[in-house]
Amino acid sequence: MDYASQKLKEEKVFKDPVHRYIYVRDQVIWDLVNSREFQRLRRIKQLGTSYLVFHGAEHSRFSHSLGVYEIVRRISDDMFHGRPEWDESERLVVLCAALLHDLGHGPFSHSFEKVFHVDHENFTREILLGDTEVHKILTKVGADFPKKVAEVIAKTYSNKQVVSLISSQIDADRMDYLQRDAYYTGVSYGHFDMERILRVMRPLEDQVVIKASGMHAVEDYIMSRYQMYWQVYFHPVARSAEVILRKILQRAKELHDSGYEFAQPPTHFEAFFDRTFTLKEYLALDEGVMMTYFQLWMTESDPILSDMSDRFVNRRLFQYVDFDPGKDYRKLGELASLFKKAGIDPDYYLVDDSTSDLPYDFYRPGEEGERLPIHLLMPNGEIKELSRLSQIVEAISGKRRTDYKLYFPAELLVDGKKKAIKQQIVEMLKEGGV
Amino acid sequence: MLQEHAKIVDFIATAEGIAGRKKMQKMIYILKKLGVPFQEKYEFHIYGPYSEELTARVEELCDMGFLLEELEDKGSYVQYKYTVTQEGAEFRNTLKESILDSPEVAGKLNSKSSRFLELTATLLYFDHMEREEQIEKLHIVKAKLNFTPEEIKEAYAFIEELRQ
Repeated sequence: MDYASQKLKEEKVFKDPVHRYIYVRDQVIWDLVNSREFQRLRRIKQLGTSYLVFHGAEHSRFSHSLGVYEIVRRISDDMFHGRPEWDESERLVVLCAALLHDLGHGPFSHSFEKVFHVDHENFTREILLGDTEVHKILTKVGADFPKKVAEVIAKTYSNKQVVSLISSQIDADRMDYLQRDAYYTGVSYGHFDMERILRVMRPLEDQVVIKASGMHAVEDYIMSRYQMYWQVYFHPVARSAEVILRKILQRAKELHDSGYEFAQPPTHFEAFFDRTFTLKEYLALDEGVMMTYFQLWMTESDPILSDMSDRFVNRRLFQYVDFDPGKDYRKLGELASLFKKAGIDPDYYLVDDSTSDLPYDFYRPGEEGERLPIHLLMPNGEIKELSRLSQIVEAISGKRRTDYKLYFPAELLVDGKKKAIKQQIVEMLKEGGV
Repeated sequence: MLQEHAKIVDFIATAEGIAGRKKMQKMIYILKKLGVPFQEKYEFHIYGPYSEELTARVEELCDMGFLLEELEDKGSYVQYKYTVTQEGAEFRNTLKESILDSPEVAGKLNSKSSRFLELTATLLYFDHMEREEQIEKLHIVKAKLNFTPEEIKEAYAFIEELRQ
């Protein structure tokens, strides 16, 4: 029997709090799960710094990846199986892409990517196509199989049905992370009737559509997503931790570039500071490694690096105020000058951060956005875009919500030297005039 | 602070306005691929490389009053035109230096059609592949656009021109 169709003698199951059980019968999937690169995902948290706000949110990208695989397995094996519009030969490629879609994520991805100007999607491609265990396993299926999996994840694969199962406005990735993140954060948002959605999904031409009778379940999913973004993903305190994390990495890089002698040399980061990194060096990093450095850097002689590391490790986060950059960007400049006068480096201690989300959007011919809409399949076979039928979705379609915050260390402004300047800063921040 | 926003304003001001969201997306992607330090993250979408972050940033700049968005009716579709406002011109000054070393690059990009920029950006998206494979991939992901060999040749020549 060829490797692609090899089944395990006994089905393996993972106990999972979201899907109850995750079933593995394919040898390829089992081998991929046991590869070094996939096991590394156990050491990367799904929600980055959110555990500093929601203490339960310690779950990993490993469990999320298995969850996405399980949803796609159910769609492929139970819902789409035998339907003439679904190409059964795509089963293995879509299962592998579901399992491996987050493979290139690094530790605290969001901050890491921003500081070092790297893209986890490029690393995913490198892991799939480079000298790795995952690549060797995929190659056993076929010489061009790793490339196919990489194309699905990069959204450039020729079969758009396959791509949309992993990446669209209603995909297995989102369906898993919303439920999983809701479970582990303990919030009451994020829940929706996934069973119902899976039952009404249909492959049709080059897309996946939803039977119109399932519209209310989809509405619920979109509202859950909306609430999760604002209540969990964009939580201002988790963003404060992100800001500090970015500043630690930025400071360490700046010190490295200036020839500073670290008491604890940043061996694991040097290739990233110098932009000479290889895939091997990237894979050697995980959140355990990073946290170890942060703990060691707490005793570095550089006051900014040690302070920032201590803030992150011991959760001494920055305070924040809302600000309107359109109105207040000049005041931000004034505030930065006052910080300097007070002996506080504004490059590290006065940080603006914005975040925004567009809950749902649809393609309009011409010049609008590039999101593929959710299409409903009407009883007469006609296709209608979701927001044309759903008033709830129509109300939030194409409407972006943005939030601006200004982060600063409140306790450094309380007393000590240069009291008058600090008082002036505090007054400006209190006024909301920034 | 707000330096990434200021870079966008600076670029649009240098280009003396940009007509079309798709066009702006592709222009900035092409420049980013050529080493201009835009930080917006791109993924592959309907029209090729697309940045949700850039879309968000441009909307924010309009809300802040630094960019003016005007709708132009083109008959079968509408087009969004972006120009820098007076307030935006002042905000631009917060940038220590211009994002482009040679400002004429903005004009060169702006003189091209959005179809041509879509083609160029898509080829650049696949620049980790051999040229033959890039073209093959282009025809798979852009089958409906039927790019001709002449257009593809022109796009490669344009990339070379920009690189010099």
